[in-house]
Amino acid sequence: MSKFQFPKSIRSRPVYGTLTPRRGKSHLMIADAEGAEALLDLAQQDAEVFRTAHLIYIPKATGETYVEKLKALKPAQFYVGPSYEASVSRIRRVLSDAHMGLQVYLTGTEGLMGQAMNEAMTAGIPHQAIQTEHRGSVARRMQCVHCKGITEDVMTDPFQCTHCGLHLFVRDHYSRRLAAFQGVCIDAEDPGNIPEPVELYK
Amino acid sequence: MSAAPQKAKAGAEKIEVEVSAIVPVNELVSRFEFKRRDGQPFPPFSAGAHTVVEMNDNGRMRLNPYSLMSDPADTSIYAISVRRDDEGRGGSLFMHRHVKVGDPMTITYPVNLFPLDLRGHKHVFLAGGIGITPFLSMIATLERMGGRWEMHYACRSKALGSYVDELTGRHPDKVHVYCDDQDEAIPLESLLDGQPLGTHVYVCGPAGMINWVHSTAEAHGWPKEHVHSEEFLAPQPGKPFEVRLCKSDIVIQVGEHESLLEAIERCGVQAPFLCRGGACGQCETDVVEADGEFIHRDHWLEEEEHASGKKIMPCVSRFVGKTLVLDR
Repeated sequence: MSKFQFPKSIRSRPVYGTLTPRRGKSHLMIADAEGAEALLDLAQQDAEVFRTAHLIYIPKATGETYVEKLKALKPAQFYVGPSYEASVSRIRRVLSDAHMGLQVYLTGTEGLMGQAMNEAMTAGIPHQAIQTEHRGSVARRMQCVHCKGITEDVMTDPFQCTHCGLHLFVRDHYSRRLAAFQGVCIDAEDPGNIPEPVELYK
Repeated sequence: MSAAPQKAKAGAEKIEVEVSAIVPVNELVSRFEFKRRDGQPFPPFSAGAHTVVEMNDNGRMRLNPYSLMSDPADTSIYAISVRRDDEGRGGSLFMHRHVKVGDPMTITYPVNLFPLDLRGHKHVFLAGGIGITPFLSMIATLERMGGRWEMHYACRSKALGSYVDELTGRHPDKVHVYCDDQDEAIPLESLLDGQPLGTHVYVCGPAGMINWVHSTAEAHGWPKEHVHSEEFLAPQPGKPFEVRLCKSDIVIQVGEHESLLEAIERCGVQAPFLCRGGACGQCETDVVEADGEFIHRDHWLEEEEHASGKKIMPCVSRFVGKTLVLDR
């Protein structure tokens, strides 16, 4: 099961929904890993939207599990990318060529949805109009508030910043501009007093 | 609920002005220009803002909102354009018939309920009739910033289109005029089609036009955050009714041709307002008790609030029934 119910949190924490087909001139769908399942569910509601859809899929650890199933939805354009970084130039190109009426669907991990939403917002789509659905890993993209370095796929709290080495407390405070949660030094007042890392949401 | 009201006082701050020019624009519309009586520059305003003009019509106080149409960068004058409405409640007729150059008048500080969204990559203006006025200051702003815009202006005839010659003369490639008497209409579907991502559309005109733009844009998959509208609602007449204001502890009568807000003001009770057109939310009033039917006409309250019978916007809405008690 790829669905996860996030516990209630502070206002800054993004809230994800369930993808629903929307009327529009064209559709851009960006998914990673188990996000594919949300797109398969979307196709159950209305397979028509895929006829004018550009689907960008990043399998991550799921490998070939979903690729053929997604292909069978017959999106107008289908791209499988090795990583988000490798797909960014394509996402930007699609957005810069797009017109009003484009519908954006993001699904998969928080890191993917946050970064892709940032691109869509820069291109001129209000964040309220962008659909998201979380699937798969609950790993987060974290920014160290001290060195500003960003660590992807953080699974434990606290975690050690991969840039400056500080031990960081994982906060729910989220930046839409950075598409990242904030990590704050956990032992600033009492150096060396670092709790055992626990897996997020365990 | 939308943005919190800015301040809970009776209307916006006021500015004492003198009418410095009255320029006929066409058969129905005149431009009124004001300068400040104290010689100071006007407060700067943002494009799309309106001011409420106080008119002392033989002891009866009329307060009408008008879009500021002068260049926001010019703080030496404020200008409004007033369309004469012979069937209206008399405010515009008063402006046309009784106001003369040199007259002292009082207007409120500008309030903007129809601002440009400056995050927009492009701005498309749709004007109907006198709905052209807020766009004149928006165009001045965007021209100065080098913003991308285009305008589509529907009017009854070229002669009745306000500022058509100025606009088409100055911006021949951006302004498109459609005249009813030539059977022309704004080709809304095709002009929404193909607009670049990040385009915002703004509509000012009659309610039918506003609804048409909102529903067509929605059908084309436009985010509702990118469709902006403004309509100046005048309070409609209705059957007289009686209201008890419980805080002030008085019972007042609302006449056929006055709004509930005007009746409240006439009886000396200070009530907040900013737009007097059912859009800003400033005059929102709690209903303490009601036995009858509300006639809600505002754009502010949600449908459930209308149905609840617990709130009323006294600037445009009325009541028919036995008892109405307001928390005012």
